[in-house]
Amino acid sequence: MNTFAQAYQWVNLRYLLEGLWITVEVSVISIIFSFLIGAVFGLLRYMKIKYLSMIVGFIVDIIRNLPLLLIIFFTYFGLPNILGVRFNTLWATIIAMTVFESAMLAEIIRSGILAVDRGQMEAARSNGLTYWQAMYHIILPQAIKKMIPPIVSQFISLVKDTSLATIIVLPELMYHAQVIYGQNTNFMIPMFLALAVLYFIVCYALSLLSRFLDRKLSEA
Amino acid sequence: MRLKKKNWLLIPMLLVLGLTVLAGCGQKSVASEDVLARDKANKTVVWGVKSDTRLFGLMDIKTNQIQGFDIDIAKELSHRIYGKDVKIDLVPVTSNTRLPLLKNGNVDALIATMTITPERQKQVDFSDVYFDAGQAILVKKGSPIKSVKDLKAGTKVIGVQGSNSVDNVKKAAPDTRVLQLADYAQAFTALKSGQGDALTTDNGILYGMSSDDPNYVVVGGTFTNEPYGIAVNKGQKPFLKAINKNLKAMRQDGTYHKIEQKWFGKIQGFHQGR
Amino acid sequence: MFEIFQNYGSQLWSGFGYTLLSSLYALIGSLVIGTLFALFEISPIKPPRVIGKIYVEIFRNIPLLVIAMIFYIVVPQYFAKIDGFTAGTIGLTIYTSAFIAETVRAGIESVDVGQMEAARSNGMTYIQAMRFIILPQAIKIVVPPLGNQFINLVKNSSVLAFLAGFDLMYQGNIIASTTFKTTDTYFAVGLLYLIITLPMSYLMRYLEKKWSTEGDEA
Repeated sequence: MNTFAQAYQWVNLRYLLEGLWITVEVSVISIIFSFLIGAVFGLLRYMKIKYLSMIVGFIVDIIRNLPLLLIIFFTYFGLPNILGVRFNTLWATIIAMTVFESAMLAEIIRSGILAVDRGQMEAARSNGLTYWQAMYHIILPQAIKKMIPPIVSQFISLVKDTSLATIIVLPELMYHAQVIYGQNTNFMIPMFLALAVLYFIVCYALSLLSRFLDRKLSEA
Repeated sequence: MRLKKKNWLLIPMLLVLGLTVLAGCGQKSVASEDVLARDKANKTVVWGVKSDTRLFGLMDIKTNQIQGFDIDIAKELSHRIYGKDVKIDLVPVTSNTRLPLLKNGNVDALIATMTITPERQKQVDFSDVYFDAGQAILVKKGSPIKSVKDLKAGTKVIGVQGSNSVDNVKKAAPDTRVLQLADYAQAFTALKSGQGDALTTDNGILYGMSSDDPNYVVVGGTFTNEPYGIAVNKGQKPFLKAINKNLKAMRQDGTYHKIEQKWFGKIQGFHQGR
Repeated sequence: MFEIFQNYGSQLWSGFGYTLLSSLYALIGSLVIGTLFALFEISPIKPPRVIGKIYVEIFRNIPLLVIAMIFYIVVPQYFAKIDGFTAGTIGLTIYTSAFIAETVRAGIESVDVGQMEAARSNGMTYIQAMRFIILPQAIKIVVPPLGNQFINLVKNSSVLAFLAGFDLMYQGNIIASTTFKTTDTYFAVGLLYLIITLPMSYLMRYLEKKWSTEGDEA
């Protein structure tokens, strides 16, 4: 028990919480960006605009079939070479997460709309609604309800996947835990326990949010 | 689905085409401005350093500051080149990430336990040698492995991705299996977990690990010479000159010796090992 | 990029092999464990239901890297000696099994219970009803998401790179740091991942589309 008390002394806890803060920061920014971009890409793909939808679909399919780790490496090492810009680990991670998660979300959103669309769009149009009216009043409300659970579980994956950025030395939760147990191996079990608990709290909070939203929408 | 039959063929073709074009673009390097002049104007210098390597660059959890021999040298050089009021930015790198980060311009220079090798000299320029290390192996006390010669078939040796010690040990002990981990903290943890029979890298780093946990000892002396240099991008001659000039001055006025003593003065066996 | 394939082809393909192998082992393992916990979750008795729920919630909400690291460095110190490839594959199996449990549970629950009774009252045996009525529907519901889990599995197997697991990502990192041709190497590595994941992904979308329209017509 003494090891645990030592491992959880305030300096270490504070260091872990500093890491957690970076994890949350990266997650929140990436969630916002990727939701917006994912929604636009998902809609573009769904709308079947000649060429544009196909190109978007092609890019989305490539990105979502690659490992996130590869995209992180590529963003941090390769992209600056190609674009001639440089970013620090924080922004490299945010960009990589946004690129990957946007593609994943675009697919969720496209198939979500598609699942509702069948027949309903035509019915709405033949009742005199315009395309956007039908979309806004008939299709999207149903689609959003269907999409919330997969979207939120994608966000949960995003939070978990920020841990991969340890490999480019982003000072997030996982990395800070590694620093602590790297300097004192006795702290390994307490640190992994802390990691499990902290990630669980953040992710479980998100899934509770999903259930809450789900209930809210069912009532409405 | 939008994809008609013939489009199925189009996808792999587009893929190869796109990748080839992008890969071609990847060859051009970031146009490098004069780092010395820019840093002088901005009063900021960015060093790539290790943050997981005891004695050279290790994160202090209490203060959230990186400390070590490399760090002290970097700070002293910064003050001498740019003046006392310069802002010193320390970016943690690993052996695997350091070169791309320098070439991408994320850091101005690397002082990160980096051996000067001919292959690396094709990529970047090195300063004069600022530290003489040599590769050795670290094992658990009482291990049957006494030197690099004992790394026979069936043994596993742990190294770090991007370090030249991995290539060296493959030459010195061709039959051993090399496991490459992301950084030194991970490598040492893996050794303690029994993932390998020995850990190999430069003796200075190994003595740092051994001073951290005396159950692990450096054995067999060094089997290579590893002269450490400070790396800067090609075409940064003024910056490199300033580094070399001040390194020399630091050696002459005793500052270098003081820093060396601070970190390695108390390390048992280190000087015999060299 | 072609240069990388020429000079380091054998390393890349060996990494490709380990990636595929780890993914296959983990797929089989997580199918078995996942189905088991799905059955736990829908059990009429409370204790297995609670165990199933806890298992799924824990492993869905903790990063794969944390799970894999525990098997790589904690388990060998206190329990059994396992290497990076095994540790990573076990981590992948456990992590994925939580998702598969959810998929299978949802699949079983979505097939109407009334159908079994209807089939039985029409003179079918239990086995016949399962074989001709329930399973064909359940498979159509479960296969596309399971396929997507396999794609995730292949992508997630890159976590082996953290554990010296000799997979594609690990080999890519080593090639990148020896050749200094970072961009080219990661393009080559990406291409090899796409060889596995892209066809899978199109196949799953095709099946999803085919089966969902069939459902509409019926």
